[in-house]
Amino acid sequence: MSPSSDEAVAKPSSSGLGWLLEQRVLLSIAVLAVLPWLLPSQALAVNVLIYGVVVMGYNLLFGYTGLLSFGQAAFFGAGAYFTGIAIGRYGVPWFAAVPIAVLLSTCLAAAIGIVSTRTRGIYFSMVTLALAQLVYYVALQASSFTGGENGLRGFTVDRINLFGFPVNFLDPVNKYYVLMAFAALAMWFQSRILNSPFGAVIEAIRENEQRARACGYDVERSKLIVFMLSGAISSLGGCMLALHLSIVPLDLLHYQTSGMIVMMVLLGGARSFFGPFVGAASFLILEDAISLWTPHWQIFVGAIFVLFVLFLPKGIWGTLLDAIGIGKARP
Amino acid sequence: MSGELLRVEGIGKRFGGFVALEGITVSFAAGQLTSIIGPNGAGKSTFFNILSGALAPTSGRLHFRGRELNGLPQHRFVHQGISRSYQITNIFPDLSVHENVRVAAQALTVSYDIWRNRARLTELNARADAALDAVGLLGARGELAKFLSHGQQRALEIAIALVSEPELLLLDEPTAGMGPEETKDMVGLLERLADKRTVLLVEHKMKMVLGLSKRVVVLHHGRLLADGAPDEIRSNPEVRRVYLGQSEGYG
Repeated sequence: MSPSSDEAVAKPSSSGLGWLLEQRVLLSIAVLAVLPWLLPSQALAVNVLIYGVVVMGYNLLFGYTGLLSFGQAAFFGAGAYFTGIAIGRYGVPWFAAVPIAVLLSTCLAAAIGIVSTRTRGIYFSMVTLALAQLVYYVALQASSFTGGENGLRGFTVDRINLFGFPVNFLDPVNKYYVLMAFAALAMWFQSRILNSPFGAVIEAIRENEQRARACGYDVERSKLIVFMLSGAISSLGGCMLALHLSIVPLDLLHYQTSGMIVMMVLLGGARSFFGPFVGAASFLILEDAISLWTPHWQIFVGAIFVLFVLFLPKGIWGTLLDAIGIGKARP
Repeated sequence: MSGELLRVEGIGKRFGGFVALEGITVSFAAGQLTSIIGPNGAGKSTFFNILSGALAPTSGRLHFRGRELNGLPQHRFVHQGISRSYQITNIFPDLSVHENVRVAAQALTVSYDIWRNRARLTELNARADAALDAVGLLGARGELAKFLSHGQQRALEIAIALVSEPELLLLDEPTAGMGPEETKDMVGLLERLADKRTVLLVEHKMKMVLGLSKRVVVLHHGRLLADGAPDEIRSNPEVRRVYLGQSEGYG
């Protein structure tokens, strides 16, 4: 991120802590690697991984660029559907299905982005919501491709071949670490974007669109690019979900999923690198814990969310980083 | 003076039925500081917004270094060499002072690069620091811009405009809202800038304008009222009637 990289230029940090904080990708991978043993169940850990990637992609758009989209589920779902269709219908091997799905989802993001990034504020939110619902209804109607209401089935990935080694993908531990490799790739990519010159452009647009334009930036084009990058990363989460569940539920494309993504990023902390994973974990843990004793868990999660927005606007991770005084570095 | 830099030909701007500017024809030579003055509502800000591309004129043409600028989107103006500051402070509040300027510096070269590490683009960092040094803010480079004083934020804005090495620098009331001390610092900064660059200045503080400028252009009700050296402007009866008379002693 900008402030940390500036300081690295000003006075190369010699302290161990400073060096460590710059390795945010490695640190995040390390935490994710032990996650299955920290959380009550393996299934929960896999979900944190998947939703973490989806929310991280969304954070690029919402946290770093300041664009509140209510349609991120479209790319989450698109990644999952394209993966499932490629494997189940066209017999594409899983390792090829994932990049194909990400590419197609990025094209979808380009189409939605071209329309939506011309609008601002609440209009942007509404246009993304409407277009994402359009994707939902297309998936619902095109049932010969997508399975319609029943979701997409019939593309189980049970055994995979990793560089010559056969791996039983039904084993939860194997599955977790294979999917973690995708998450690591996404984190590395996102970190590169954030450290790049373009990463500075999106933050400038968030801070002051008019000034960014007066500085010589094509704001509309930059928004479209970040919309596509964000969609690409979130769609990778969808690919992971498809490989994990071997079905794609239609609900994935529903606007409730978009709402959940927004809640997760706010819970964890927008504008922080690891916040999305913290947000996904807290949301899913809350859902798990509260739904054990009441089917109306959403009421409680909603109330907790409201408290967060009111009292911890930087989310769990953002507040924690501020509290220990490394808020500026924002790993 | 080394030739004509900017030529404005019959520029007019209407907002619906309201005529903000009409038939402005004026040209600016390279290497001098020109002030644009006029009572409130004279069309100074509209004129600036047209020169910086934020507004498209409804009539007339702009020629900059022999090239016509009409129809160019606003963000391309900086690439042509025209850079501006705003009347109301316009910075990136939640970025560091250094990053405010660095991000402006990179606009001309590596905007859409998503791959390289920007901390390693040392030339841009050095240029940002040089611009900060020029406005006296190098000491505050690590602070968040929102924590600077008002006067420092105004100076930061000038650094943001300066770092693109513009041929033409447009400054919209750089001393707006400043106390006497801060104003003095800013005048010093403007004098240093005027030595090396072509500057167009919109200002209200009359004494300051007449002291700083080589030339003064007066707008009134959207029209060009007078154009000349500060002494000519001071003694121009029309100008005295519409402007100086009513603000005698102001600034």
